Amino acid sequence: MKIHEYQAKELFREYGIPVQDQAVITDAGEAEAAAQRLGGFVVVKAQVLVGGRGKAGGVKLAKTAADAAQHARAILGMDIKGETVEKVLIAPAADILKEYYVGLIMDRTTKKIILMVTKEGGVDIEELAVTNPDAIIKFPIDIVQGIDEAALAAVLKDVFERQPLIDQAAETVRILYRLFVEKDATLVEINPYALVDENTLAALDAKMNFDDNALYKHDDVEAMKNAEEYSQDEIDAKEYGLSFVSMDGEIGCIVNGAGLAMATMDIVKLFGGNPANFLDVGGSSNPEKVLQAIRIILRNPKVKAILINIFGGITRCDDIARGIIMATDQIDISVPLVIRLVGTNQKEGRALLEEKGFAVGDDLSEAVRKVVALHKGAQA
Amino acid sequence: MSILINENTNVLVQGITGRDGSFHARQMVADGTRIVAGVTPGKSGQKMDDVPVYGTVAEAAKEHRVDATVIFVPARFAAAAVREAADAEIPLIITITEGVPVLEMLEAYHMVRDRGLRMIGPNCPGLISPGKCKIGIMPYHIHKPGNIGVISRSGTLTYEVVYNLTNAGMGQSTCIGIGGDPVIGTSFIDALTLFQADPETTGVVVIGEIGGEDEEAAADFVRTSMDKPVVSFISGRTAPPGKRMGHAGAIISGGKGTPEAKVAALEAAGIPVAQTPDQIPGLLKEKLR
Repeated sequence: MKIHEYQAKELFREYGIPVQDQAVITDAGEAEAAAQRLGGFVVVKAQVLVGGRGKAGGVKLAKTAADAAQHARAILGMDIKGETVEKVLIAPAADILKEYYVGLIMDRTTKKIILMVTKEGGVDIEELAVTNPDAIIKFPIDIVQGIDEAALAAVLKDVFERQPLIDQAAETVRILYRLFVEKDATLVEINPYALVDENTLAALDAKMNFDDNALYKHDDVEAMKNAEEYSQDEIDAKEYGLSFVSMDGEIGCIVNGAGLAMATMDIVKLFGGNPANFLDVGGSSNPEKVLQAIRIILRNPKVKAILINIFGGITRCDDIARGIIMATDQIDISVPLVIRLVGTNQKEGRALLEEKGFAVGDDLSEAVRKVVALHKGAQA
Repeated sequence: MSILINENTNVLVQGITGRDGSFHARQMVADGTRIVAGVTPGKSGQKMDDVPVYGTVAEAAKEHRVDATVIFVPARFAAAAVREAADAEIPLIITITEGVPVLEMLEAYHMVRDRGLRMIGPNCPGLISPGKCKIGIMPYHIHKPGNIGVISRSGTLTYEVVYNLTNAGMGQSTCIGIGGDPVIGTSFIDALTLFQADPETTGVVVIGEIGGEDEEAAADFVRTSMDKPVVSFISGRTAPPGKRMGHAGAIISGGKGTPEAKVAALEAAGIPVAQTPDQIPGLLKEKLR
């Protein structure tokens, strides 16, 4: 789960990391008063969950409150990588002497939490990792042992050089780490972490991602969830226990298991089609889930055919068959269905469907070829 | 031979009286696995069919020789179940549960490693040596005893591959689902090391997916440290970056974990990458010639 900059800064403030005063507005009419309150010379920043807002024109400096209002008007409603800007953050413009980067991530390979620090703040860290990886200092933290303070001080000395800054950075890292662990984050990032006067470092930006599996422990984090992170179809699918990701093709996919669901989409593409979605019906075989899956897929007007690919293990083919029949009884399915059933209770499932006039295959590649051909036929 | 498990493996089931635990414990017994005991807190002294139930892993381990434990407990208690098994020094800990908070698993991972034990999973289907032992949730009947090792981050996609292998007459020595989470106990390299050393295994299938860099590391390992043929499949070639594709670990983030990087690394190491699961038996046969 991702949160906006202003939300992350609220968490930072709660934990004791110095952040600037801020105002968050949704209506450009409120911008002038907010900017006035913050001193007039402000920065206006689009609040979006995707990266790259600066390059897209979503961050503007304003000399006066009137300028700020103008920028807010331009930025609100702007489309940044498919996400519409609904909120802007207004904060006092800082006098930046130098920019750094500080971030924490969980590293799957080393099984450590990695502190990343660079002297080149404000840059795209992913880009820097490619163009100049040596510029990023990586400091591993063992979750069992915690931060090795002496080693941390040595690393920060190399980057921040002067004692007052080293001390501030060390305190910020300690707090960030505590925040990361206590809230089950998967990423926290300050970019830029800026020198705003000779002896003061400040978090001028904030980014946090959280582990979806741990949200049940953190009501405060869950409450920060933003609707724009997911499509309406994704939200509804979740309600029914389906794992769903919207794509932009024409072939709806219903599969059991995430790996097989991804592979099914890949084969659709390989054989000349385009998947409309990723959908994993999950392990338990409830006919209702299949019905809801078909319902959600059919809401997408681009869908021209649906492929159902089930390899029964815990999932039973007869339950899937019942779900398909239930769906055809309850909804008008105007697009062709291609069904492939293999595994647990395959015979029973096939019998149920064949009785209703459905053809059921057992070869995956063949089923995909068929659904792609049907979709192409529908186009012609 | 086979890796990690065989016909003499004594298995404990943690969460044996739960819905999933009891269903799969019965299934494993029917498939020939030696389930010696189960654990459910507060249910010590009960029985699940003929299997004695204990309140703790330590109690069960005192009464029985336990070679492996399989965990079916709900996500919020799963990391604690792993730690309990590690405290009781169970050598092989298989966690089926999906949805475990990753930092909890990170702590459990280090605890298991520090004690010299092995964890498989979480978020995995378990492992099977056809004809000898099955610890997990895979449908037994699609398997066949033989000489091919299978390692996979996925569940049903593994069944798909095994189904194709069996249909092509290629039986399996051991099939191991290493799990779809970001932090897992046994990596591709760990499993490849075991297959390389297993005299019964003549070839290996690696089934990877987007997210992380474990496949790249595996490719490097195969190139430098294996002489057995390896073929592979990578799922998620059409997945959009930044989106989690069902598995918690299946996400392209920060430019890492892309299918292109994985396919390139595997091919550079001389490992054919199948485009569909049904190409795998053919690629393997070519390599085995």
